[in-house]
Amino acid sequence: MMLEANHLNVYYGNIHALKDVSFSVGEGEIVALIGANGAGKSTTLKTISGMLRSQTGSISFLGEDISKTESFRMVNKGLAHVPEGRRIFQQMPVMENLEMGAYTSKGDITEGIKEVFRHFPRLEERKKQIAGTLSGGEQQMLAIGRAMMSKPKLLMLDEPSMGLAPILVEEIFEIIRLFHEAGTTILLVEQNAGKALAIANRAYVLESGRIALTGTGAELMQSEAIKKAYLGG
Amino acid sequence: MEFLSNLISGLSLGAIYALIALGYTMVYGIAKMLNFAHGDVIMIGAFTVLATVATAGFPWYIGIIASVIVCTVLGVTIEKIAYKPLRKANPLSVLITAIGVSYFLQSVALLIFGSGKQSFPTVIKANPIKLGSLIIQGNSVVTLIITTIIMVVLTLFINKTRLGKAMRAVSEDKDAAELMGISVNRTISLTFAIGSALAAVAGIFYGSTYGFVDPYAGAMPGIKAFVAAVFGGIGSIPGAMLGGILLGIIENLSKAYISTDLADAIVFGVLIVVLIVKPTGLLGKKIREKV
Ligand SMILES: Nc1ncnc2c1ncn2[C@@H]1O[C@H](COP(=O)(O)OP(=O)(O)O)[C@@H](O)[C@H]1O
Ligand SMILES: [Mg+2]
Repeated sequence: MMLEANHLNVYYGNIHALKDVSFSVGEGEIVALIGANGAGKSTTLKTISGMLRSQTGSISFLGEDISKTESFRMVNKGLAHVPEGRRIFQQMPVMENLEMGAYTSKGDITEGIKEVFRHFPRLEERKKQIAGTLSGGEQQMLAIGRAMMSKPKLLMLDEPSMGLAPILVEEIFEIIRLFHEAGTTILLVEQNAGKALAIANRAYVLESGRIALTGTGAELMQSEAIKKAYLGG
Repeated sequence: MEFLSNLISGLSLGAIYALIALGYTMVYGIAKMLNFAHGDVIMIGAFTVLATVATAGFPWYIGIIASVIVCTVLGVTIEKIAYKPLRKANPLSVLITAIGVSYFLQSVALLIFGSGKQSFPTVIKANPIKLGSLIIQGNSVVTLIITTIIMVVLTLFINKTRLGKAMRAVSEDKDAAELMGISVNRTISLTFAIGSALAAVAGIFYGSTYGFVDPYAGAMPGIKAFVAAVFGGIGSIPGAMLGGILLGIIENLSKAYISTDLADAIVFGVLIVVLIVKPTGLLGKKIREKV
């Protein structure tokens, strides 16, 4: 397995946000992590990328224990995290945001920038624009493009479809599929369970900080419990 | 002519304030704290020159190098020992700690150098420039030239280099910067290092301008530079430069044409007026709501 998280317990003060969470992501997979608001999805990703620490258990990435690794070292190991709410650098132009995505890259980054612009032509048209003035969809594209600049082995996306018009949601999911085809393994957090399950090889369902269900995307789409709780009947 | 000469010495004083204000504003921008010990770093820098040049008899350039090294190490060490453990503490605790560090540095200087005023050695040897009836002090000329160079280099560094961009990224969003592979800890250390090195340079100019140093010599320029940083828009680098220079000019012209005693009151009065009209300072960015 590329990523293996075992028995994670994460707290915010007294709040027990992750309760004995274990899951894995295999090389080449798209794995979805779905669940209601407050279930612990973002907490899970933050724990993987070292922004939060688990009290117990272990996290291994490409066979290496990363549960104590500082978060700024993750990107060099091949792990990229597009956080919830995009978190692009609002006051920097598009181009500098992309440069920051390749901060740890030693070589020439023009090829990487071309690649991002090939997927997101709209970013190329706006490459000198201050990122804070982009539309929500463009900001999400920039956040994904910025993460791709580090050429990650595993890309973790936290609700990439949040707040986007349906047509943009389609576009973002299409891009995720393309990056996946190009060889990037994906861990996708979504509230939009239908779309996530449709694209995922496997999925985990988080409920109040616990993994409640797991299965292939197709299996979970058929599950009565999932239909009721997340797919609107 | 007299006006021009007052203006130029005000400009030179303002350049010194600007150098100090840059340290305040960069640390505020990156670490989101007001480092009230910053002024005392200037005083330590000035005493370092005094100890190496006047006491130990080294040449002036060794004094300057020693001062820059001592201040840089001091600034980084203060951050590591006093401020880093308080990264997530409430801002009031950090502020009180900074004031504590300030008193600590003053007390150390008091123990080593005593409380009296000591005359600052001549490290800047430049002849006055005469343009007709206008005489410009050599000290002012050197201060203005060096400060201009420093500001240009710093601006290029922040805007164009990889490290400078990383500093801006950290100042905007620490978590996102870490996810890009930027170490927030190292960036904060670098910021304290740059700010303190600038403070050392400011200390040399300040000592040369006033001709003496004592353990409290950093307090007043520290406060004025803080005012300059707020005046220009705290967190803004061009703002600190502009704020410092305007403050120096206002102070000097007030001294020359209104009243020496009232000069400081006028300086603070201008600050209050500016903050009423534009609360974020002259070049301050409006504070963006976090989504
Ligand atoms: N910074 C925080 N401080 C305290 N509680 C938090 C914090 N962040 C998240 N939580 C709590 O942890 C739980 C999981 O949150 P989160 O991981 O953000 O959920 P999700 O991403 O699935 O919506 C929620 O109950 C939330 O209120
Ligand atoms: Mg979330």
